[in-house]
Amino acid sequence: MGDLIDISAAAAASPPRRVRTPRTRRLSDRTADRLFLGLTGGAAYLVLIVLVGAALSMAWGGRLAFKTFGWSFFTSTQWDAVAHQFSALVPVWGTIVTSLIAIVIAVPVSLGIGIFLTELAPPWLRQPVGTAIELLAAIPSIVYGMWGLFVFVPFMAAHIQPWLIDHLGTMPVIGPLFEGAPIGLGMLTAGIILAIMIIPFITAVMRDVFLATPSVLKESAYALGATRWEVIKDIVLPNSRNAVVGAIFLGLGRALGETMAVTFVLGNAHEFKWSLMEPGNSIAAAIANEFTEADSDIYLSSLIALGFILFVLTFVILALARLLLRATRRAGSEA
Amino acid sequence: MKRMTHRLRLTVLGLALGAGLMGTAQAATEVTGAGSTFVYPILSKWSSDYSQKTGTKVNYQSIGSGGGIAQIKAATVDFGASDMPMKAADLHALGMGQFPSVIGGVVPVANLPGIAPGTLKFTGPVLANIFLGKITRWNDPALVAINPGVKLPDSRITVVHRSDGSGTTFNWVNYLSKVSPEWKSKVGEGTSVSWPTGLGGKGNEGVAAYVKQVPYSLGYVEYAYVKQSKMNYGLVQNKAGKFVEPNAESFQAAAATADWSHAEDFDLVMTDAPGEKAYPVTATTFIIMYKQPKDAARSKAAREFFRWSLESGQSQANALDYVPLPADLVKQIEAYWGANFK
Repeated sequence: MGDLIDISAAAAASPPRRVRTPRTRRLSDRTADRLFLGLTGGAAYLVLIVLVGAALSMAWGGRLAFKTFGWSFFTSTQWDAVAHQFSALVPVWGTIVTSLIAIVIAVPVSLGIGIFLTELAPPWLRQPVGTAIELLAAIPSIVYGMWGLFVFVPFMAAHIQPWLIDHLGTMPVIGPLFEGAPIGLGMLTAGIILAIMIIPFITAVMRDVFLATPSVLKESAYALGATRWEVIKDIVLPNSRNAVVGAIFLGLGRALGETMAVTFVLGNAHEFKWSLMEPGNSIAAAIANEFTEADSDIYLSSLIALGFILFVLTFVILALARLLLRATRRAGSEA
Repeated sequence: MKRMTHRLRLTVLGLALGAGLMGTAQAATEVTGAGSTFVYPILSKWSSDYSQKTGTKVNYQSIGSGGGIAQIKAATVDFGASDMPMKAADLHALGMGQFPSVIGGVVPVANLPGIAPGTLKFTGPVLANIFLGKITRWNDPALVAINPGVKLPDSRITVVHRSDGSGTTFNWVNYLSKVSPEWKSKVGEGTSVSWPTGLGGKGNEGVAAYVKQVPYSLGYVEYAYVKQSKMNYGLVQNKAGKFVEPNAESFQAAAATADWSHAEDFDLVMTDAPGEKAYPVTATTFIIMYKQPKDAARSKAAREFFRWSLESGQSQANALDYVPLPADLVKQIEAYWGANFK
């Protein structure tokens, strides 16, 4: 939830104004002010220090793996604790693919919910549906994982995957993505579960952004005879385009690092397969599964190196989101 | 009503105080251990019974076998517990000794609708070929040949293995290595290996859940899980050529016929034991201790605890679906203590 608050706070923030201290102010007030500044500033810097510290310690912990395997750590598909051969390609691939599936599903759905709740829904419906979506965000991820394994996996195995394999698996080009046996688990299932998990996050931001569209613009458009659809398409969406992209990236960042739910339904197999029906592995799942029994230095180091890669991946995604949000703010202040 | 609750509160407070005082008076010794998750349920049961009886508290943290070995090497605990024996040479170099504690077995479990538990039969090489991905269908001739009269479906076998490092995996692949040269050269053995096929579940419960969810899957779990969750298990052919049901007797038979007398420091994995009635994938957890520890009193207390567990902890073991060591082996362990530990 921190990310969400952060976004609205960032949108509301204005450049700091210098307040001139009146001469009559008592000395104790000024000390208190300084103390307050020191405390809050210290808290803020602490986060930075922790962040840099975490990144450095992961890079340091993974140095043995990076040094031993070099670039093959990113290109080979081997993960063999017996032969002490490790590489990141399979978990990185699994992380990216499941997150992309999640985004492909979650974005249109969230967009739909956001538009419906702000522009189309009758007022009595907005509050309950909005609250329900926020409640979805509060469900612990392990519950999603268990629900996924015991309810959703059998459903996928019985209904969705056989259809996909029969109809899409035989097609040229995209066929290999849908080959295999319908076991219910795998990349696609994990991606769908992730989509359900990130929908509330993306929706919440979109709703706030859509609500922030100046009503003068919307009312003017209606006055000029625009339909609802035209108002949404030409006023609401362009006005919030960058923030929407930012929200998507925040959802992506969350999907990349999700652990428990993915571990339950992904199948945790260190094999490289093109098919989305096959079990795979993700960075977070591999670490959660294997950290406790990683009994050699190089094994442990490889897992920490995986953590570092995930850190860099997430950092890049969030930095992109931040840049887009900054662009929005600039566009907003120009308007 | 109000007065009653007040009095009740006072009584509870008094009891708590009394218990606290008694606790401090009794807790003369405390023993700490860490390692294998497999023995955690029985160790915690034993330690609570033992502390009621003698006042010695045994704190055990189930952090995994690898962690247990690391902790005892660092001497932060009084004993470590590992599902994989340490090499006798390593033990010598570190001044440590080890001994088996309690037996369990690793059992193949399948999801085959319409086939009753305990009817499926496997041989070691067939299991190895399934886990190698060479036998891919249930009606493969090799499976049909050893399962006369069983209607095996024409379906793909989905292999389920552990995704986390585990002593269960170690014993399973150790057995496959013993019976299949190809497994030994291609995959090898360890607490986690590079699986040629299949999907991975976290923990015994993860594998059990996957096997239950995925039709026509085949996995392996600890015996206790099979018993408690009533899964469809199979029999495995032992070295003597018999198909053996996994149960307390066949595990004890394996422990009794395994060649302990030639194994220095009990450095022996008892899979593929030679006995007629021995279940081939029988496993134990090894307790590892320093021979000359810094704190001799605590180490001695730990050994007394294990002496008590091995000699009179059988009923608790049986109740939790563990199998106690056979009496002969307990004698060997006690002789080993006398000869090696201070």
